[in-house]
Amino acid sequence: MSVRYLSCGDTAFSVEFGNEISPRINGQVMALHAAVGRARAEGGLAGLVETVPSMRALMVCYDPLSTTRRELEPQIDALIARGLATDAASRKVRIPCCYDDPDFAPDLAEVAERTKKTPEQVIAAHLGSAFKVYVLGFMPGLAYIAGLDPSLYLPRRAQPRVRLPRSTVAIAMDMTTIYPFESPGGWHLIGRTPLWMFDQRREQPVFLAPGDSLTFERISGAEYDAIAQKVEAGTLDWSLFCSDGPGPIGP
Amino acid sequence: MSGLKVVRAGLFDTVQDLGRTGYMALGMPTAGAMDRIGLTLANALAGNPANTAGLEIGVMGPDLLVEAESVRLALVGPLSPSLIEGDDAPPRPIDSDRSHLLKRGQVLRVGMVEGSSTAYLAVAGGFDIQPFMGSLSTYARAGIGGLKGRKLAVDDVLPLKLDSAPAGEERKLGGPFDYGSGPIRVIWGPQDDYFSEAGRQTFVSAEYKVSKEADRMGIRFEGPAIEHSKGADIISDGIGPGAIQVPGAGLPIVLLADRQTVGGYSKIATVASVDLPRLGRLLPGRIVRFTAITVDEAESLRREQEARLQRAIAGLQVARPAGGIDLTRLYEENLIDGIVYEREAVR
Repeated sequence: MSVRYLSCGDTAFSVEFGNEISPRINGQVMALHAAVGRARAEGGLAGLVETVPSMRALMVCYDPLSTTRRELEPQIDALIARGLATDAASRKVRIPCCYDDPDFAPDLAEVAERTKKTPEQVIAAHLGSAFKVYVLGFMPGLAYIAGLDPSLYLPRRAQPRVRLPRSTVAIAMDMTTIYPFESPGGWHLIGRTPLWMFDQRREQPVFLAPGDSLTFERISGAEYDAIAQKVEAGTLDWSLFCSDGPGPIGP
Repeated sequence: MSGLKVVRAGLFDTVQDLGRTGYMALGMPTAGAMDRIGLTLANALAGNPANTAGLEIGVMGPDLLVEAESVRLALVGPLSPSLIEGDDAPPRPIDSDRSHLLKRGQVLRVGMVEGSSTAYLAVAGGFDIQPFMGSLSTYARAGIGGLKGRKLAVDDVLPLKLDSAPAGEERKLGGPFDYGSGPIRVIWGPQDDYFSEAGRQTFVSAEYKVSKEADRMGIRFEGPAIEHSKGADIISDGIGPGAIQVPGAGLPIVLLADRQTVGGYSKIATVASVDLPRLGRLLPGRIVRFTAITVDEAESLRREQEARLQRAIAGLQVARPAGGIDLTRLYEENLIDGIVYEREAVR
């Protein structure tokens, strides 16, 4: 496997696996991210601070007072040479989503029109997509989730919204996302989940992690309210929505 | 509860330590002090480990009322004179770059930050605030960390771990720390191959001015446009501290403490960590140049700087107790008549 090492200053470098967005390349990124985590758990890779996976590259952050790029690079090479298990088990996450409230899904009609579908067909295509969390970024807990049914492909909105509510479910290009905070956003809003992608009160405040497999499940307005109440009260059993498995990797 | 009560808010004062590392994979920016040297020295003067959270003072400091038996605090940075008020004495100007002992009821009026964008205040023992994801650093954009996830506001109370200052003498820096001068040193990459040879030459030969769009997230520069050869857009990847991204218009943006974790603009170069504290102090209107060095050079420059920082900490000097009079100096300066305030004695 040929990778490119790119400098990100003297505190990080990037291990680039290719120049395309594909499940195969992202799988290699995530496998190296996991391999680094295991090596560190065994006391290896001294001076490495953290790794940051993205679509096709893993950024390796290090402390130049404890190690050097020259020392670390061969160790990363060795991990890659040992073989990256790209079929690692991932967590299965289910996101309950209410598509039926017009306040939750202001763009559903427009998406249907532009993709020449009925709103019900748009919902069905979203529900039928097998999603994978590729990368988190832009804001804490915001996941870029690839795998959207290609028939729903639309570019971002020409005019981004200045403010949209927390937990809005949106689509753009070949991805879907869930906004962790009230924030600006340029994607098409087709539903809302009662789950919070970021909750400071939880021991692990970020719900999704790179590598998670993810599907959406349709819920009614009443079901939405019932779950939302528990989320707000902090009494939700989150394991209902997430299988065991490698979760977010801490420091 | 012991604390420092904000009786007047400054402009952008946030609790910061050396950053929230370990969670970038979850989209969590590291945040942390813009000038790690300033925070480290303030902590050393207050008798704290380097990674203790202090107050980062942006542009204008707050007025803080001591609601504790006593507190030792240290100010580091180019501040206009700060004042201590209270105990029936006239307001007393105090120096930066040293520690001071304050008693209950006294008010510290932190001055304006002059000639830099940041200064630091550290308190002996630190703030009694629960860390969030292992750090006290404030990331205001998401309301995370620090005191209530935001900059200080009037009537906030910064809780203190200690109700009275530990015994010991006040300390001062042996001299100002040399942050270095000359061009800002950068390392090419990760996407220098997205730029034309002419574009790379522009970047390392032209002068760039710090625009008004400069904050904890980053600094947008004004100057000649840098020419791309493969376009401004890349498949989003990780953004390290000091990454210099160049969007389509060709003007560089240096990304700092509150930067997002991943981004989709090509990054021509990255500021060497040795010079990041300088970036954290740059004010709008300042002119800089960039010059390229290798990773090996940057790593060794950083280690030299760290050694100098440790020497500065080892070389802290005893300062007279706040409010006391330096008799030796008084006699030397032949000022034995009349009332002498500390500030005059210090000069």
